[in-house]
Amino acid sequence: MSSDLEKAATAGTSYGDYEPIIGIEIHAQLSTASKMFCHSSTAFGHADNENICEVCTAMPGALPVINKKAVEFSVKMGLALGCEIRKRSVFSRKQYFYPDLPKGYQISQFDLPLCEHGRVDFLLGTEKKSISITRAHMEEDAGKSTHHGEYSLINLNRAGTPLLEIVSGPDIRGPAEAAEYARTVHKILRYLDVCDGNLEEGSFRCDCNVSVRKKGEKELRTRVEIKNINSFRFVEKAVEYEILRQIDCYETGEKIHQETRLYDPDKNRTFMMRSKEEAHDYRYFPDPDLLPLEIEESFIDAVRKTLPELPLKRAERFQQEYKIPEYDSLVLTQERDLADYYEAVVVAAGGNGKSASNWVMTDLMRELNESKKTVAQSPITASNLGKMIALIDKGTISGKIAKTVFSEMWTSGKEPEVIVKEKGLVQITDTSAIEKAIDDVIAASPNEAAAYRGGKDKLFGFFVGQVMKATKGQASPDMVNQLLKKKLSGS
Amino acid sequence: MDLTNSTCTEIRDAVRGKKVSALEVTRHFADRIQKLDSKVNAFVSTNDRAEDAAKMVDAKIAKGSDPGALAGVPMAIKDLLCTKGLKTTASSKILANFVPPYSATVVNRLEAAGAVTIGKTSLDEFAMGSSNENAATGPVHNPWNLEYVPGGSSGGSAAAIAARMAPGAIGTDTGGSIRQPASFCGLFGIKPTYGRVSRFGIIAFASSLDQAGPMALSTKDCALILETISGSCAHDSTSATIEVPKWSEIITEDVKGLRVGLPKEYFAEKMDSDVERVTREAIAALKDKGAVIVDVSLPLVKHAVPVYYLVATSEASSNLARYDGMRFGHRSTNAAHGDLDDLYSSSRGEGFGSEVKRRIMLGTYALSSGYYDAYYQKASQVRRLIRNEFLNAFQTCDVILSPVCTSPAFKVGERINDPLEMYLNDIFTTSTNLAGLPGMSVPAGYSKAGLPIGVQLMTRHFDETRMFNVSLALENSLQAVKARRPNVI
Repeated sequence: MSSDLEKAATAGTSYGDYEPIIGIEIHAQLSTASKMFCHSSTAFGHADNENICEVCTAMPGALPVINKKAVEFSVKMGLALGCEIRKRSVFSRKQYFYPDLPKGYQISQFDLPLCEHGRVDFLLGTEKKSISITRAHMEEDAGKSTHHGEYSLINLNRAGTPLLEIVSGPDIRGPAEAAEYARTVHKILRYLDVCDGNLEEGSFRCDCNVSVRKKGEKELRTRVEIKNINSFRFVEKAVEYEILRQIDCYETGEKIHQETRLYDPDKNRTFMMRSKEEAHDYRYFPDPDLLPLEIEESFIDAVRKTLPELPLKRAERFQQEYKIPEYDSLVLTQERDLADYYEAVVVAAGGNGKSASNWVMTDLMRELNESKKTVAQSPITASNLGKMIALIDKGTISGKIAKTVFSEMWTSGKEPEVIVKEKGLVQITDTSAIEKAIDDVIAASPNEAAAYRGGKDKLFGFFVGQVMKATKGQASPDMVNQLLKKKLSGS
Repeated sequence: MDLTNSTCTEIRDAVRGKKVSALEVTRHFADRIQKLDSKVNAFVSTNDRAEDAAKMVDAKIAKGSDPGALAGVPMAIKDLLCTKGLKTTASSKILANFVPPYSATVVNRLEAAGAVTIGKTSLDEFAMGSSNENAATGPVHNPWNLEYVPGGSSGGSAAAIAARMAPGAIGTDTGGSIRQPASFCGLFGIKPTYGRVSRFGIIAFASSLDQAGPMALSTKDCALILETISGSCAHDSTSATIEVPKWSEIITEDVKGLRVGLPKEYFAEKMDSDVERVTREAIAALKDKGAVIVDVSLPLVKHAVPVYYLVATSEASSNLARYDGMRFGHRSTNAAHGDLDDLYSSSRGEGFGSEVKRRIMLGTYALSSGYYDAYYQKASQVRRLIRNEFLNAFQTCDVILSPVCTSPAFKVGERINDPLEMYLNDIFTTSTNLAGLPGMSVPAGYSKAGLPIGVQLMTRHFDETRMFNVSLALENSLQAVKARRPNVI
């Protein structure tokens, strides 16, 4: 691999003339108590082949029956992803031989999936990304094989576990974006409580489809699938490696083959698992043991009612209700706790959404980050922060004083009114008191006053500083500005 | 009491009325199996717990509790239905030693009604065939003439009743596998509406076509058995939730004004003269009873056989993938060491018979990419049109009557090397499976050689009541047909 490219990549800049095209398939295990098509338990960690029955081991004559809870969870996630829910979806058989696939086929949805045409938005740094969801379909998991040299062992506890496969459009343009997309989907699944999201136990697995092309090209080039990545960091690293590998191939005139690769985290490289020539003809056809899955509108409505307000919807509401910019709304809704906190601040502040967002996003988040605390652990309660903002709005304290109040609240956890009272931090808005201070300052600095009047405008700041100092920072800055201008201009 | 020639209903009544014990009945039929089956070869295995089951029925009767609607009736079960603790083989080497830990819903319902599973009957391997010559345990012989086939694939079930080794039996019908052997063996046999009977525990051949149904010596027996095994089942999502009528109590022979449709395409071709004569006699009998004969047209039915063989083999190729030697059944010891693919192909190569392999290959081809649209997809489309055509025909008639098969039973070995000729035998029966309609074979006469010939009745979905009524009318009109007995008895 060329070291220039490597440098460019690690610097997080770009890939020269090349542009990566990435699509991700996420397999999320639905956290139902029983399997997709039978009553066997889905519990993790049981003895090998303990959670099995005639259906999930494909004994002769056994038939699948759809788990309603799995449908409900899938519809819920589909709605959360903004998908259309298909009223009549079809389960198909995907056929191949492998010892941990008992029926000789996996039941999956093929041409008529349950959920389609959704979207996931998230922030990458300060940039808003919007990734389309092509589809989300239901399927069952296979069992697990372990190989021990001369022999192999099969554990079918996982066989038949319900999965939702969420397929993104080829919209992702970089490794960090890929990882952040996966994190976002993970977050939503957990938010809805339909998947425990446990990466170590395989409840959440990513397959990344990667291709690169020259910038400006319209056609997609040959893609490579990296299968079964089970950490967000590895998603980023595997995609990164694969992009560079492919660019390197194009640069050296090597051909990219359509193939399936695996990522080796120890060596930080991908390697070939099977080529397209070895790929199976899955001979998909509708499973005749299962009638098409017909879903009533009322069922979808009932599921919709159980949906919590999702980050994206909440962000839109924040923009409208609290009049804050899109960027602020997306940051504030990244986490449910943060969004809840923000809303409580706005309420306590009496409705000043923008001011609340500034205080939360800058001062509060800075303090939280520095002290490695979560929102829930913040010493400043939402109500105290809101009250402090109200004090500013009422003119009781200035923004400058508020900074002092804020840091006092952070250390002591006291209410802002108490701090203001104890420290005598009330803003001076009495015209005569400020005028008096100004007169004293001008009188004490005749040379500067003369110079200012002689045209040295820059000295204005000097006078503001002096006045603020004389009033211990408590004078209303607006009034100081206004009165000082009047006095200095020689009236 | 002449147990040998009694119907299920008669035996049930006698057992409930304490005229005979269930144990005596079971022993009687077990003895007949012992005596006759070496000639007929209908049974794959007998149930060594049959007497215990009979004793339980007798105990219930002694206690005065309800022994069930089939109390003490011995039933022969096609070896395609799983029986808990009792070997179930599908007449295939690949399942030679399979003992299921569960029973098919059909079997559970029969046993709950007091029926006694007397034994498991032979079939064409995995229900693939029309002669019962493709069975791992060798061909079954027709009790009417042992040189002839009993028909297939439920040939063992049919031969068991014809030889009076059981008064009733369960078969399965994917393309005619109940009706054709019923016709060849002089029995009543019904393939119910798809969804009427649970398929749970029935080893799948073609899931969208398979239905289990009764074979017996009378219409009423079929009605009694079918009402026992029908109804929705939590283990089969294709089973219908529609109500099951008490056929055994409600059916009548009243067919006055009933419109009997004759599909002109079925009668257009040159037909076997015996089959044609018997069919005409059945039509005349119904006319005598006041039925109105009308012509109907089913032009697409000529495509039923190719469509059937594409749909059925496609599904079969998939359903039979689980027989891989991994978890149950035959595992080859001849595979190259450490070669997984070789283990699969050796196990399957040794375990499956040639007809099963032929169909797996055909189905695999029809589903493979590049051919799916032209074969499986197209067949599914034509299948829908055939269904519509039937629904349309039922606008002008209530029942459709046709031959069951193109000919009476043929000799063992006569068609074994001509699979295509064998497939064409199913021309009158496959369309009902494709359309999901109920179909029934009713004994209607004999060939000049003395072999039974049946006629087929078809009705609308879930309209079995009407079919039973017509069957009963024919049964009562054709008493002479019923009076004859197979040679082997």
